[in-house]
Amino acid sequence: MYKWPYENKAGMQENVSCDVLVLGGGLAGVNAAIAAAERGKKVILVEKGATVRSGSAGSGFDHWEMACTNPGCTVTPEEMTYAYIDEQDHYSNGISHYIECREGYDRILDVESFGGKVRDTEGEFEGAEFRDPETGFMYAYDYKSKYTMRVWGSTFKPAYYRQLKKLGVKVFDHTEATALMVKEINGKKQGIGAVGMNVHTGKTIVFSSKTTVLTMSRPARVWLFSPDTPGLCEFRPFQSIGSGHAMGYKAGVEFTMMEKSVRGEFSAAGRSYPAYGTGNNHNTWYAATMIDSRGVEIPYVDRDGNELKTVSERYQPVEGQKFFLKGGVIDEPKYEYRGPETLDFNTLIERGYKLPFYADLSRMPDTERRVIWGMMVGEEGKTKIPILKNYTDRGFDPTKHVLQSYGTGWQSASFLDQERQLFGAPGGIITDWDLKTNIDGIYAAGDQLYASDCAGHAITTGYYAGRKAASASDSLNLEAFDQSFVDAEMERLLAPLYVENGLDWREINMAVAKAMQNYCGGIKNDDLLKQGLALIEDIEANDLPKVSCNNPHELMRAHEVMDIITVCKIILNACLIRKCDSKPLYFVRSDSDESKAEAETGYITIYQENGEVKSRVIPHDYFGDLKSEYEKRNADYIAERGAK
Amino acid sequence: MAEFRKVEFSAEKISCSTNPISFDESKCIGCHRCADVCQCDVLIPQEKGKHPVVMYPGECYYCGCCVIECPVEGAISLRHPLMNRARFVPLIEEQKEG
Repeated sequence: MYKWPYENKAGMQENVSCDVLVLGGGLAGVNAAIAAAERGKKVILVEKGATVRSGSAGSGFDHWEMACTNPGCTVTPEEMTYAYIDEQDHYSNGISHYIECREGYDRILDVESFGGKVRDTEGEFEGAEFRDPETGFMYAYDYKSKYTMRVWGSTFKPAYYRQLKKLGVKVFDHTEATALMVKEINGKKQGIGAVGMNVHTGKTIVFSSKTTVLTMSRPARVWLFSPDTPGLCEFRPFQSIGSGHAMGYKAGVEFTMMEKSVRGEFSAAGRSYPAYGTGNNHNTWYAATMIDSRGVEIPYVDRDGNELKTVSERYQPVEGQKFFLKGGVIDEPKYEYRGPETLDFNTLIERGYKLPFYADLSRMPDTERRVIWGMMVGEEGKTKIPILKNYTDRGFDPTKHVLQSYGTGWQSASFLDQERQLFGAPGGIITDWDLKTNIDGIYAAGDQLYASDCAGHAITTGYYAGRKAASASDSLNLEAFDQSFVDAEMERLLAPLYVENGLDWREINMAVAKAMQNYCGGIKNDDLLKQGLALIEDIEANDLPKVSCNNPHELMRAHEVMDIITVCKIILNACLIRKCDSKPLYFVRSDSDESKAEAETGYITIYQENGEVKSRVIPHDYFGDLKSEYEKRNADYIAERGAK
Repeated sequence: MAEFRKVEFSAEKISCSTNPISFDESKCIGCHRCADVCQCDVLIPQEKGKHPVVMYPGECYYCGCCVIECPVEGAISLRHPLMNRARFVPLIEEQKEG
């Protein structure tokens, strides 16, 4: 038994206030806080970990997608966003992706001014095809259209953190946000702040604010769980499990696409390997040379199936194609946007290629090899130490060794259909053009938005939401909060401290994950979903109150499981609402009602009103003409950046 | 404001099948920087000037930030479980027919 090194403040309450409250200190959160503080607002940022290195990109990220206004780029923000929307069969977030395309380069210059590294200042890659000799910017994937930039993301979080401090943002690290406070004002719901708990001391903190920005990533540990190594069972940081979704849903925030889940793609607990740590040719590793077990090179082909002769051709669109799509969530793009790719797996086996396959970087030009192994692997999250350093320590040298690829594809993972994840542009909060939710005063950004992806998206939408929340705070007041709401929340948060010889949070998480695999797996139907919902509600009512904790760290884990249960209810209800199969949403029912197909083509939303589940259908193109709608609302920003 | 009965906090090491983080006691200066930056909070300080205890090893997400932020090279190391050790072999020359 060890002593708890932090002060015991369970049951104590501190009240603080600000203009703009940001919940979550990842890339979206820090940018929201910076935007609001730059506009002179009093800002509080609440982060469960330590902001200097927290979030999915705490340890880094390697490429910035859709930076369409960078000086090298040949694609307009409109072309790129509409291509993306089309590629995702219109289940894409036009508003947030347009913001990403339109403002990405501004944010790249910002982070550089804060001390982040965005260009090859030392000339490490001089002469490389992907490096612009004038600016030192380094491009990835499509070297012709240059909309994706390679960046040294491991320098970013500490740079943002210094900037937060410089701007006087009050950072509450090691503090979990647990509930949103809303109030009815003139007959309309308004966000008035949040409640949180310090995960070292157990102290409750009440944050009163004029506006609030939700940047707490997306749910995880819903279908996938490992009680032995829970930290490895999902892709994103272990503690980022959708608490923002849970508290939003309880407060009445509207979500969409929550019925979408995909067969698992990444975890590192059994079914797969550490991300970016195996031989492959996707994302960070694009376009690595691959070989089979006989040392025979695996051909890259263009979209028409023509074999490419050189490494350079792997980074070029075909003649007549303006650009190709490549990146985190792009799997098998439509013909129009398809770039070079290795021959598909089945064709390779038919033609006699032999497993196992390997990545062989030794056969690539020097700069291409070094940029994959050393820069991309090194700057991408979770690669600098666990992959680059550890493999090097084990003796791996990309000029002397080949690294194995596993499974039947390139993901080095083989999940079952019921082992699902919210991945590949999943559901989340739907907003208006200000990134405001359906509740006044509450904004959302980053991975909490529906159909989100990648670091550039988090940074740009975070900044944008912070800007809009700052401006809205001018016409709102700090509202008195309801102490009885805070008392009830404290009671909920501290309850497991008073349970003796109870259940471990892991047991509940495992039971919930198994229930979701059984009742909300690859193929769904009404009976299964209803029984799943009944089982989840039974666990919530009868087993959750038996969870026991000995300190605030364990309380935080118990709170996460409570939130996972709320997320399960959102997902199960969203699945019950959609009656017809939807290919773009990977939604399959054994009782699919085809007569509903037309009526359900669009965004089905889900939200709670007076404890009841509500829903509506919003047409796909609700965001209107991207350019004019954006410019109508951002004249001040356009002028401000123009002046710079 | 509601009243809550005071409960003493304690911690027990939750062991798991792997040991992600280890310290070189001869190098560690006990600054607890690793514990401060760990976003999963798996490291819990005990004594001033001594490395923290890896209280919740199963919750490690293997991001490597504890190593990145450590002021002393080699004082802390991170290791993935054995099952995650991807294999590499020396270069394979293409075998020519005949």
